This record gives sequence, C-alpha cells and structure tokens, in this order.
Amino acid sequence: MKKKLQLLGFLFLVLLNGLAAGNLTAFAQSQSGGSQTSNHPADSRSTIDSSRIDPKKDSTRFFKRILADTSRMMLNMEAIYNRPFLQLGKLGASVGGYLESNSRYESVDGISEGISFQIPRLTVFISSTIGKRLKFLTEIELEQGGKEIGIEFASLDVSFHPLVNIRGGVVMIPIGAFNQNHDGPKWEFIDRPISSTTLIPSTWSNVGFGLFGKYGLGNWIWAYEAYLTNGFDDRIISNEQNRTWLPASKQNPNRFEESFNGVPLTTLKFALRNRSLGEVGVSWMGGVYNKFQQDGLLLDKRRRVDFLALDVNTTLEATKTYLNGEWVWIWVDVPATYSLQFGKRLQGGFVDIVQPLLKKSLFGWDQAVVNLSLRAEYTDYNASSFPETGKPIADHVIALVPSLSLRPSLQTVFRFNYRYQWQADLLGNPPSRTGSIQIGFSTYF
Amino acid sequence: MKTFSTFFATGLFAFSLLGCDWLMPRQKPENHLLDGPIEQLSPAENQRFLAGDKAFNLEVFTSQNGLGPLFVATSCGSCHAGDGKGHPFTTLIRFGQSDQSGNRFLNQGGPQLQQRALPGLLPETLPSGAAYSRFMPPANTGLGLLEYVTDSLLLAMEDPADSNQDGISGRVSWNYLPAYVDPKEGAIGQAGKYICRFGKKAAVYDLLQQTAVAYNQDMGIASSFEPIDTYTGQEVEPEVSNTKIQDLVFYLRTLKVPLRRNAQQPVVVAGEKLFFQIGCENCHRQTLRTGKSPISALSEKEFHPYTDLLLHQMGQDLDDGYTEGSADSDEWRTPPLWGLGLSPSSQGGGYFLLHDGRATSIEKAIEWHGGEALQSRQDFNALTLQEKQHLFAFLESL
Repeated sequence: MKKKLQLLGFLFLVLLNGLAAGNLTAFAQSQSGGSQTSNHPADSRSTIDSSRIDPKKDSTRFFKRILADTSRMMLNMEAIYNRPFLQLGKLGASVGGYLESNSRYESVDGISEGISFQIPRLTVFISSTIGKRLKFLTEIELEQGGKEIGIEFASLDVSFHPLVNIRGGVVMIPIGAFNQNHDGPKWEFIDRPISSTTLIPSTWSNVGFGLFGKYGLGNWIWAYEAYLTNGFDDRIISNEQNRTWLPASKQNPNRFEESFNGVPLTTLKFALRNRSLGEVGVSWMGGVYNKFQQDGLLLDKRRRVDFLALDVNTTLEATKTYLNGEWVWIWVDVPATYSLQFGKRLQGGFVDIVQPLLKKSLFGWDQAVVNLSLRAEYTDYNASSFPETGKPIADHVIALVPSLSLRPSLQTVFRFNYRYQWQADLLGNPPSRTGSIQIGFSTYF
Repeated sequence: MKTFSTFFATGLFAFSLLGCDWLMPRQKPENHLLDGPIEQLSPAENQRFLAGDKAFNLEVFTSQNGLGPLFVATSCGSCHAGDGKGHPFTTLIRFGQSDQSGNRFLNQGGPQLQQRALPGLLPETLPSGAAYSRFMPPANTGLGLLEYVTDSLLLAMEDPADSNQDGISGRVSWNYLPAYVDPKEGAIGQAGKYICRFGKKAAVYDLLQQTAVAYNQDMGIASSFEPIDTYTGQEVEPEVSNTKIQDLVFYLRTLKVPLRRNAQQPVVVAGEKLFFQIGCENCHRQTLRTGKSPISALSEKEFHPYTDLLLHQMGQDLDDGYTEGSADSDEWRTPPLWGLGLSPSSQGGGYFLLHDGRATSIEKAIEWHGGEALQSRQDFNALTLQEKQHLFAFLESL
C-alpha cells in the first residue's frame, strides 16, 4: 500500500512538472480576488469583484461587508471561498454564514401530515489569513435546528503557486459539483438534489489532505483537486434504509478520528471552463469501505466503492438561460451472498434550468432578479435485474420541481417550489407519489 | 405601488397554495390498498396498530441490531410489500421433512434455508438429499379473522373420508404447539395436538407463533419465544422485545380485509356464479365466521376469505416432496383468495401464484390444480372463453 502511494505521489509530481513547464498563464486563486464573467443568469446584470469591500452598506459599525457574487457560478471547486464575509476592522479573520428556512405542505399518496416549518440548516463560516501563504477556513453547520452539529469544512491552505496548493484538515470532497457548491442561497430550489444527497452524500467531507490548483490560457481555465481522506464504512450496506445508502457513513461518529479500515479514500477532480461556453467537471472517488481485517485477522475481502461524476453548467447567451446538471455513477462491491436489496450499481443526477424573467429595481432593491426554474431529477438505487425474473430492479425516484424565485440582492433568495415525485420500491410496484408545496428563503448574513 | 401589489398578491396566492389539495397526488382508492386497520378499532387499539405497523414496515435489521448472521430478509416489509403477496426474489426455502415423521435435517440448518449472510460469512446451502419446497410470502390481510375462526367450524367443514362423495376430502391440520403458545378459549385438542391453520401446510397455530418463527428463521432475530440462534444453534439473549413482537402480532391481527372492486358488474356477478358452479367454492369457502375474540372488531364476525383453512390433496404436480406438521407432501392448505386481484400491486406488476409463485396468471394457477381439485379444473377447461373471462373478472374483483 505504501509503495502504491509513493508511486501515486511520484506520478502526480511528474504531471505537475509537465504542466508547470508549459506556457500557461497562472490564474490567481479565487480567494485572492479577481473578477470573472459569470454564467449565472442572476449575475447577468454586472460583473462583481468578489473581494470588494463596501463600507457604505455595512450593516454594523464594526464589521465591513465583503461582498461576493454568491449567485454566480465560478468554478465549482472555488465555491467554498466564493461567499460573502464580514470583517472586523483590520483583523485577519472574517465571519459569514447562511440560514435557510421554509414552510412546506406535503402529501404522500393523498395523505398529508399538514403544514410544517423548518430550519434545515444554519451555517457559520470563519476564514482568516494566518500569514504569508497560509489561509484557514472553516464551515460549521447546525442542521434541523441544532439537532445535528457538524464540521463541514476546516482546512489550512498553503499556497506555493497557483498550480500547487496544499490543503489539509476536514476537506470538502470534490466529487460532482453540488458537494462543494452547496450553499442554499446559490440555488433556486429549497430541497437539495436527491442524487446529490443520497448517492453523493452531500455534504460529504472528511479528514485528509491533498493538492489543488488551476491555471488559465486565454478564455480557458483548467483546475484540479486531489485528496486522500478517511472514507466510507460498512454502514453503506447495513443501514435502516434497507438499500445501499452512502450517507449512512456520515453516522459514524469516529470518522473524523480514525479511518474505518486504514485505507484512504482517493478523490480526483478535473474541471475545465471556458468563459463563454461554461464548465465541465469530471471527478472520481474510490476506496475500500469495509473492515476487512482487525487485529491482524482477516475478516473479509477488501470491498470497494467507486464514484464517477460528471458536472456541467453553462448559460445560453441568447436567452440568458442558465443550465446546470450533475450525474453520478456508483459501483459497490456487495457480497454475492448478501441481499440483492442492496444495490451494486447506482446512478442518478439532476438538471436545473433557470430562466431570468425580470431584472429591475423592486421595493428599493436595486438589482432584484426574478427567476423561473425547473429541476428534473432521477435517482436509481439499484441498477440491476432480478435473477429470478430477469426484470429490472426498480428502487428509483423521479422528481420534477418548478420554482419561482426572487433575489432581492446577491446574498438572498426567496423561493417558491412545487415538487412532484414518483418513488418506486424494489419490486417495481405502483410508485408512491409525493406532492409538496414549499415556500422559503435562504440568505447569507 | 402597482409592483408591490402584484408581488403581494403573488405571495398571497403562493401561500394559499399550501392548503390546496388539487396540486397533491390523490389518495389511492381504499379498495386498492391492502394496508390499513380493520374498522371499529378503538383509539387505544389504533395506537397499538401503529406501533406494530412501524415494527413490521419500518424496522430494518442490520448487523448492528441483530440481523442474521444468516438470514432470508432484512425486514418484515421486505417480503410483504404493502402487506401483499411476495415476489420470486422474496421466496424462502424450507427443507428436510418429507412425511409426518418429522424433519431429519434439523441439525443441518432445517427447516428453513438461510440463503443470505452478512459479509464475510457463508450462507447455508441445501443439504444433499433433502426434500424442499419454495414458499411465496402470503398477503397479510384479514389474518386476525382467520385466527379466530373456531375449531368447531373447521371440524364441521372437514370431510377426510369424503363421506358426501363430492371428491373433496379436506381435513384439519393437527400439530403440537410450542411452549409459548397457549390454546385459545374453546380450542379442541387431540392427543396433545391442536388444530393449526397458518402456513402453506397449516402447521402453525396462531399469529404469535408465525411471527416469532419468522423473526427467527427469516431474519435471524432471537426472541424469548424463539431464543435459538439459527447460526450457532445456541440459545442467545433476545434481540427483539416481547412488547414489539406482541405489537406486531396485534398489527397482523387487525389488518383490514381486502375490499371488493367492481363487485356489481355483470361480468363479475356471472363469474361468481361460475365459481360456485364448477366447484371452486367447495374448498375456497366464500364465508366463514369468527368466534369470540378479545378484540371486539374481530369478535363473532362473518367475512369472506374464500378458504376453508383445511388441508387438501392437490395432486402430483404440486407435490414437491416436502411437508410440515401433519400434512402429506401433496397436501396444501387452501389459500384465501381475498385480495387476489391486488396481487400485481405487491408482486411487481404481475402474478406469481401458488405456493412457490410458479403460476404467472390466474389461469395457469387453475391449470396446476390436481388431486381433489381435478374435477374443478376439468370443469374450468370446459368453460367457453367468455365464461373464463367472467370467472377471471370475479377472481380479480376479490
């Protein structure tokens, strides 16, 4: 294993050397400022410097608001720094965060439990420039009114070169796009994508370290991330969902303390973006999920879980229509003698279409935007067939979510969603139907 | 001002939608559902029903809470989707007994094959030479009513010597009871045995026995009722509480009966006449009646399960060579036909009928009938195509 890691590291350095030797223009990192043209329709009004300070609009006497264009999509992997912060005087530390709240009326097969109000999450982040080349950022999330409190991100970044940065700590795993770019105020939809929360278990972070960097050439930007972290555990095929359920590993209280099996989870992501065309990201994450040995005794063979994700976003210039999508394929080595209830192949994704309808001054909000959006999503938890009948296993969810949203400012979105969802059980019996009307807001503070 | 009004109105409209049912999926008709409680339960009984519902449909066993390590399924609901019949994926295998002398393979994992195992362990395999049969999980509907049919009524229906010479010689199933099962009030015993009525071979006395054995044999969950671990053969600590098992038994007892659909349609009425005419009702008895029950909703009720709960010889084609209790290997307890038309809603869109799901249509199921049912099958084959369609329409309306 050690030799494999050394070989991997060597190959990685060779790759970096090759890239650095090229005639490439290095881009500054997003956290160091810099202005870019956004693909997001809500941002079509202007180009905003993500690090500009606007003391006139300061909400307190002591804090300066550091604006960020939170509605636009830079490279997805830059999302963790593309957030608004409040800075106290000349202190090196900045704070920020966001709150989501909503109300929903939901009915499953015609039976409703009535109206409920929720605070799905309150997130606080703190960043600081510790010194030359040293930056720190953490994101702490309180979910369901404080029922769950988690460190989603807490890392030290060491910058040697735009192409070579080291990150260590609790790392936001760069699988797909949503996992890193999940802040509520950036999205027109109240519910997170099903595939991005139940296949990719967003927010999925873990302890480890790795490298990241980017460079550009003309209108093109290329970026990478590579991490070794703690990984999954055997809860993914032993859980109360009665299916292969990747989020189950988040219930392991020791996952920030020690690896479940001593084998690191490897994650690689490459993203390519053109200022006009948009962004494509390809990411892979894989590792051993089971405890195959203990105290030197063999318990089982090594069983892997592997993810391959593709994410794309672009804006149709003619109509300013913003398109964003993600798809993930997952392979899990489930023992042949275990239950077929637990899928060996899973897949799913979503497509968001966001159409700006209105952009004008409303109620004193200078740059208010109204968007009409639609999300289509599909998640298949078991993409195989019954050997007994030869017919496909169902166990999938399909959903359509139209949305009307108002963005009074870059940091806040009011959302009205309607969700209609079909969920089929393992056997493919008539699907359960869910209808949901949701009203809520999400805002940075 | 105009803009403000527009937005205010839009917001008000959006908020008002929270209470609008027309945007919501419609409730499935009650007669298309198998789950739900029987009518006339008290609020306290409803609470107990919900507790049992949760244990049956929501509780999933894992390695953390006692699953296996050898098992057939990970939850009750896995095998009875929507409280309906199972699917070929959920069939279980029983083996080791070929006559009334008992099971000679108990020391080799009998009577049930646990063909699945936790990672790292090997599941059971079928021992060489063991007779076996595949059993399709049945629907759970109306089980409480079946449980409280009196022994005297069952004895009144049996005719082991075919004294009325109608070709039907159904008999009750006598079996010993496990220590934790108490005979019901008015139960009739015979040489230490009692009349059993549950299971494909009618070897199980009541729903408590059925539930405790299923926990143990299907999911590898030991209880104070069935404390032997199927993997080690040793007695172990209970992995499920008595309260939970009793709640689940209550749930099974109080599940509603399937409601008829299209019962008044002329083709269905015509089919019902044919059902009687060709002798199906001789075994698939339309009407039974319960005795006294501590649950008033089940006490002294008339109902229509289309079974006599008796054992019948069904011919060589349905003789797997395996049996349980006092049944011969070609004897099967008459399965209730109520809810038959809703089977595709729990079996993945198709039919998997008979004890092992071999029949993929009602017609094929009838064609497999032999033994005491041979005459009825021949009479069925003599029907015109239209008459058969009427008969199917009736059966699908149950």
